[in-house]
Amino acid sequence: MAPAEPKLDLLQGTLDLMVLQTLATLGPQHGYGIARRIEQVSGDAILLNQGTIYASLVRLQQRGWISAEWGTSDNNRKAKFYSITKSGRKQLSTDVSYWQRLTGVIGRVLAMQNEGDN
Amino acid sequence: MAFSFRESLLRMQSFARKGTLDHDLDEEMASHLQFAIEENVQKGMSPQEAERQARISFGGPQQSKESHRESRGLLFLDTLLRDIRYALRTLWRDRAFAAIAILILALGIGANIAVFSIINTLLLRPLPFANSNELAWLDSNRGVGGLSSLTYKIDVYDEYAKQNRSFEQVTAYMPFFGQGGYSLSGRGEPFALTGVMVDSNFFQTLGVQPQYGRAFLPGETAKGAAHVAILDNAFWQQHFNSDLSVLNQPVTINKQSYTVAGILPPSFDFGAAFAPGQRIEMFEPYPWDDIRQWGNTVFIIGRLKPGATVQSAQSEADLLLPQMRAAHKDWYSGYATRVSSLSNHVRGKLRTSLIVLWSAVGLILLIVCVNLANLLFARSAARSKEFATRTALGAGRSRIVGQLLTESVILSGAGTVLGLVFAYAIVSFVSRQASLALPLLSSMRIDGATLLWALLIAALAAVLFGLAPGMFVASANLRSGLANSSRGTTEGRHYHSLRSLLVVSEVALACVLLVGAGLLLRSFIRVLDVDLGFRPSQAAALTIGYDDDGTAEHRVPILQEILRRVQRIPGVEAAGISDMLPLGRNRSWGFTAVGRAYSKEDGPDAYDAYIRIVTPGYISAMGMHLREGRDFDWALDRPDTQSAVIINEAAAKLHWPGQNPIGKLVNCCNKNPGVIIGVISDVRQNSLEDASTPEMFQSYAQAGPEGSELIVRTKLPPEVLGPSLIKTVRDFSPNQPVGEFRPLLQIVDTSTSPRRFFVLLVGSFATLGLILAALGIYGVISYMVTRQRQEIGIRMALGASRSHVLFGVVSRTLHLALIGIAIGAVVSFVAGKWISSLLFQTQPGDPMTFVAMFVIFAGVALLAGYIPAQRASRVNPLVALRYE
Repeated sequence: MAPAEPKLDLLQGTLDLMVLQTLATLGPQHGYGIARRIEQVSGDAILLNQGTIYASLVRLQQRGWISAEWGTSDNNRKAKFYSITKSGRKQLSTDVSYWQRLTGVIGRVLAMQNEGDN
Repeated sequence: MAFSFRESLLRMQSFARKGTLDHDLDEEMASHLQFAIEENVQKGMSPQEAERQARISFGGPQQSKESHRESRGLLFLDTLLRDIRYALRTLWRDRAFAAIAILILALGIGANIAVFSIINTLLLRPLPFANSNELAWLDSNRGVGGLSSLTYKIDVYDEYAKQNRSFEQVTAYMPFFGQGGYSLSGRGEPFALTGVMVDSNFFQTLGVQPQYGRAFLPGETAKGAAHVAILDNAFWQQHFNSDLSVLNQPVTINKQSYTVAGILPPSFDFGAAFAPGQRIEMFEPYPWDDIRQWGNTVFIIGRLKPGATVQSAQSEADLLLPQMRAAHKDWYSGYATRVSSLSNHVRGKLRTSLIVLWSAVGLILLIVCVNLANLLFARSAARSKEFATRTALGAGRSRIVGQLLTESVILSGAGTVLGLVFAYAIVSFVSRQASLALPLLSSMRIDGATLLWALLIAALAAVLFGLAPGMFVASANLRSGLANSSRGTTEGRHYHSLRSLLVVSEVALACVLLVGAGLLLRSFIRVLDVDLGFRPSQAAALTIGYDDDGTAEHRVPILQEILRRVQRIPGVEAAGISDMLPLGRNRSWGFTAVGRAYSKEDGPDAYDAYIRIVTPGYISAMGMHLREGRDFDWALDRPDTQSAVIINEAAAKLHWPGQNPIGKLVNCCNKNPGVIIGVISDVRQNSLEDASTPEMFQSYAQAGPEGSELIVRTKLPPEVLGPSLIKTVRDFSPNQPVGEFRPLLQIVDTSTSPRRFFVLLVGSFATLGLILAALGIYGVISYMVTRQRQEIGIRMALGASRSHVLFGVVSRTLHLALIGIAIGAVVSFVAGKWISSLLFQTQPGDPMTFVAMFVIFAGVALLAGYIPAQRASRVNPLVALRYE
């Protein structure tokens, strides 16, 4: 059996971004739903203790980027549903462009090394 | 951590709603797990496996709760609350320790708070006058001598007021007022009032506004102006029941009609500032022209102009007064003036005493902190296992120190609260001591500044003694604490030397206190031992009044009759009258031997002497000792015969050294010389501590008195004799007020009261220090004995005798104590020099005091060590070893 690739540790602040993006695309979700969605999208490549999502949720809530409401799930279970707010969407677009710029820069920096090898 | 405003608000809200939010989170997490389990079961896992997998992907529930709390609330407050709860629980478990610690702290902090109130009132707070730092006080004669030397002639005051450029205005009052010198009549029984004559601008200069009515007007000191009076607030409340209708109404004072012009505010207390221990009831503007021909009569107080200082006023006075003197050849003194700030005049003399007092309580606080540090140190040693366990479970060292510090803060907080209660009791007790001759005392209270000080002291104490267990945690290897069971291992050398150091410093501090208190106590005993020159026991004084129209011819038969009636009262052994009692007010008249030239070498006392006017019989009623000659005699010393003078030994020595002064002539009294008829042993005049200066006595028949104090000598207690004596005097002159019947001992007590007050305080602090030091020694030694039980057991099993063990422990105790005493003795010796100005006939290195301190301390240390030593010697080797 080939050794599985080690799971990725989450970078500081990236969880918040993923949560916002998930809510923006899927609409209101409960904590478990968000966690599962992130795992699925990442192809289970991310090391996510599902419990840590709640710290992120409360943080985003306090900054006013998401709101929460108790409701009932499809299978009739009581759960807290989170949805992204207007200012949350604004923050998301800021964060996304920031993230894209950052990854672009990092990509270019890493590419530079290869050029040096030639 | 910088949060936005909104976020901070939400965090605080979350902190407050902690319970609800935690519950919310619990529910949310439970439903999360349920979702996961359901999904896993759908995937085909068994229920057990489904739950296991769900929990694995969730991660540690405790951690996520913790990080949730951290993100939403105020973690440090959470921690603090938890620490406080934990500390309270720990202290509650160890109630005896907590109670002792809080009590010790309360004693130390309470003493500090109380003394701070005293110092704040007497020394730090501004005087109760508007802009009091601008007020200055002028003493004549460079501030040396009795009231007559320090005061000014009216002419000098007037000239100075006109010519000086330093003061915005100057004012004056006459300090020669007698207790109950005025009589208020026409309202029930005649009432003796104490009043002061002041210039019309007196209250204006001090910046005091009457609470009701008005201040005096400039014209009211003119000759022939209508009589007006301003009343003291407390007197008005008591005597006139706070009745405002008395304002602008005539009252009869000294048989004349006075108008009450105003009532002073409660904050103004003339006695508190200018005549400690006395209550002044009324003020009147005095027609200065009536006494312009008299000698020195008034004190001068001035309000400095902007920019002028006490120093500049002094320089001006140094030039101005000699100029004034040159222009007025008839003045009999140069009025060499000393200018000082009013504040310094009122309380300058107290500064050293108060600073000593402050240092004493500072030492107490240090001792308390050392003591507690010691106690806490022992406690943390006993808790080292607990700390080790908690470290092993992941608590950071800083968290443990933080928790210990929380404990210290709680202890010191509780101690401070209890200490405030103690301080409040002390302060309200002291401020009610009206007979205590200390200025400003009646205004003493626990105020904002005091509370602030209490807070500061509490914080300081918490840090000081809280450091000890912190140091222990920092220094000890906590992991080894868990590995080694506490028993059986030998104590670290480091740890022991630290505790010994604490005990030694505690003993040294207490020694310094004890020596200081000892020196002050010895001085106090010396003061009480002073030969007063009269016998205050079994004698009492009563202020009386009579109506003589100011002539000796009328006065003599009245006084003879009063004395005859008083002497008939059963129990009265002797009676006499004087215008001024010793240790009270005083005045001086010129006094020189006829035909003798004086030079500078004869000293400043060669030109005048204290004068007291007395009746025949006064000298024996006072218990004064007539060494030579005779007492006055109504038959021999009459208004129409030559002035007869009795002098004290000091005057005899100064003016007629080596000769018998009886029959010698003296310039003293009026145009004709007087003749010396007797010499008495010196009587202490102003205080018990100052040696007597020349003094003379003249008869009521031949000189004008300044009041009358009836003295009776009796074996009866004052409360038995008092009523019949007062009745006799009142029957004789029903229109005259009768003062309070005061035992002479009370007068002596008032005079020594400041010293007694300080000795009492410093003495109690020293006792407290001694007890705390003894506790400290006991604590360390008994702890040592407990820890070394096995060792002692082994040694006894190997043949050490009981007495050997006993001796070992005791000698160890004495060893610690002796080092402390030695250090303390050296420090005391140095510090003693510093308080030498407070000592009376006692050397700072007084061997008696040091020996006594040594004996007391060695004895206490011996006792403190003997109790645990006894316990050690009773160790049963078998039990001790099996215990292992």
